[in-house]
Amino acid sequence: MAPPTKTISTYRTTESRHVLLSNLPALQVVIPLVSAPLCLLLRNPRHAWAWSTLVSWLVLATAIVLAQRVYAGGTISYAIGAWATPWGVEYRIDMAGALMVLIIATIGAIVMPYARHSIQHELHKKHTGLFYTCYLLCLTGLLGVVVTGDTFNLFVFLEISSLSSYVLISLGSSRRALTAAYQYLVMGTIGATFILIGIGLLYMMTGTLNMLDISQRLPEVADTRTIRVAFAFVTVGVSIKLALFPLHIWLPNAYTFAPSVISAFMAATATKVGIYVLLRFFFTVFGIRFSFAAMHVGEILMLLAVAAILVASLVAIFQDNVKRMLAYSSVAQIGYIILGISLATTDGVAAGMIHLFNHALIKCALFLAMGCIFLRLGSVEIGDMHGLARQMPWTMAAFVAGGLSLIGLPLTAGFISKWYLVSAVLMDGYRPLAVIILVSSLLALIYIWRVVEAAYFHVPGAAMHKVREAPASMLIPVWLLIGANLYVGINATLISGMAQQGADILIGQALR
Amino acid sequence: MTELLGHYNYWIVIILMMTGFYTVIARPNLVKKIIGLFIFQTSVFILFISMAKIEGGTAPILEEGISVYSNPLPHVLILTAIVVSLATTALGLALVVRIREAYGTTNEDDIHVQDD
Repeated sequence: MAPPTKTISTYRTTESRHVLLSNLPALQVVIPLVSAPLCLLLRNPRHAWAWSTLVSWLVLATAIVLAQRVYAGGTISYAIGAWATPWGVEYRIDMAGALMVLIIATIGAIVMPYARHSIQHELHKKHTGLFYTCYLLCLTGLLGVVVTGDTFNLFVFLEISSLSSYVLISLGSSRRALTAAYQYLVMGTIGATFILIGIGLLYMMTGTLNMLDISQRLPEVADTRTIRVAFAFVTVGVSIKLALFPLHIWLPNAYTFAPSVISAFMAATATKVGIYVLLRFFFTVFGIRFSFAAMHVGEILMLLAVAAILVASLVAIFQDNVKRMLAYSSVAQIGYIILGISLATTDGVAAGMIHLFNHALIKCALFLAMGCIFLRLGSVEIGDMHGLARQMPWTMAAFVAGGLSLIGLPLTAGFISKWYLVSAVLMDGYRPLAVIILVSSLLALIYIWRVVEAAYFHVPGAAMHKVREAPASMLIPVWLLIGANLYVGINATLISGMAQQGADILIGQALR
Repeated sequence: MTELLGHYNYWIVIILMMTGFYTVIARPNLVKKIIGLFIFQTSVFILFISMAKIEGGTAPILEEGISVYSNPLPHVLILTAIVVSLATTALGLALVVRIREAYGTTNEDDIHVQDD
């Protein structure tokens, strides 16, 4: 009797595996979505943490399998509820989307083990369960935005992630976290409503919400005022969400006063997803001809990107709070990514996406290092860090390594980004832009150096000898990210390959 | 003239939108800002719903003798958007309550003074 049972069971497992695999795009979103309310039921902070860590790792596993399938078999299209595509909601994951899913899931999975100590220290015990619930919802929203191929669905997921991130930011330990969250809520909602107006106008003219369907019907009506207005609303709305200079004013406060884990998580994912939405609208929905040739958005973006790079880097130099310094640096780094995109060439977009990935690794590591310092020191002011390197050598070494990557030294991920970006810029003949990129790297050197100087070369204060190194559960995630930074710096073939393919698809779609 | 009046639904949308937007920007009171934000979002709902209307169209129910239907999809979309907007308003007001507890005021200018 044994052999038949075995066949049945193997049949069942292959069948169940098949069901799981064929529903992978939905699972990517459904797993964290369903886990969030379950997390709310877990009253014990430790259980809530264990649950959300487990879910984050499951999400990462799903993301890896999904990315592999996209890498091997090309774009995956999935009809939710098996409703055929223009009518039902379509989930569509191409190479660019797979790269984004991978970034979000990786950051989520790395940040969670770190969160236990950090959150225990920074949050009241009764808020901990709610914190992890909101985190899972935020993760759901971010992943949803990336996998969906439907404009209205995108708006809903964007708001799921935004609403939960307002809550997460407001949980910071200082009372200024509340005003920062409020400011972000007001600006974020205006941005989201602008996007909604744009989607409404698009629907008015094309009668569809599916991105590919819109892009096919758009050329007929592209030369109307309604579509131009829709484009303007979407561009401004998304620019607020991704904190493009000068619409970035919500970002520095939000990142400064949020809990350390959330600063790291958001800096690596939330604004990046905004950039991805911009890419989707520019290239997939409106198409490169309309966006860049008819509406001249490339020139506008380039100007704003250069302003972001220079102004935000300069402002960062004068910040005494290191988290705020890193926040301004984020605005500048978003400028680099947008600069790549504004070229509207395959190389430019690929460079933007490579930097998007690398900057997620760099900024997450730097913010997590600041979280370690905040745990032990209770402050992230440069003035309080004198002589800190002797007490927290591993944390500071991680900060230095991350800082070097931010500056763009060879053998780090930052160098790879800048290499691709500078060559893309030069290929298009914009020599002054290459100079600006190099000059702003020097500005980054200055602000990172200020921290290094205080921590390594200043005489420690009287209270400094009591400070201990951060716990291993926090150091290991930081060093994992630093390791990833160095690995990408040495061997960037996988990441640049994915970015190139993603850019090819985006530009190719637009030219079709 | 008919051109102007014929699009009266858009005029309502624009007036509401600007009223809400102005309130968000100009009012220092945090509660009023949230109310302004809500009006701003509501104007967009009206934009969506009014675009679904077809002259002489009825509810989209199959029945003999009726051939013109209003588009039901924008209504469904706005049902979702209303939920989002409601959640935003509730969260915004909850934040104002917490800000009031922490700062003792709901006036933006007073909060800036306390933070500096």
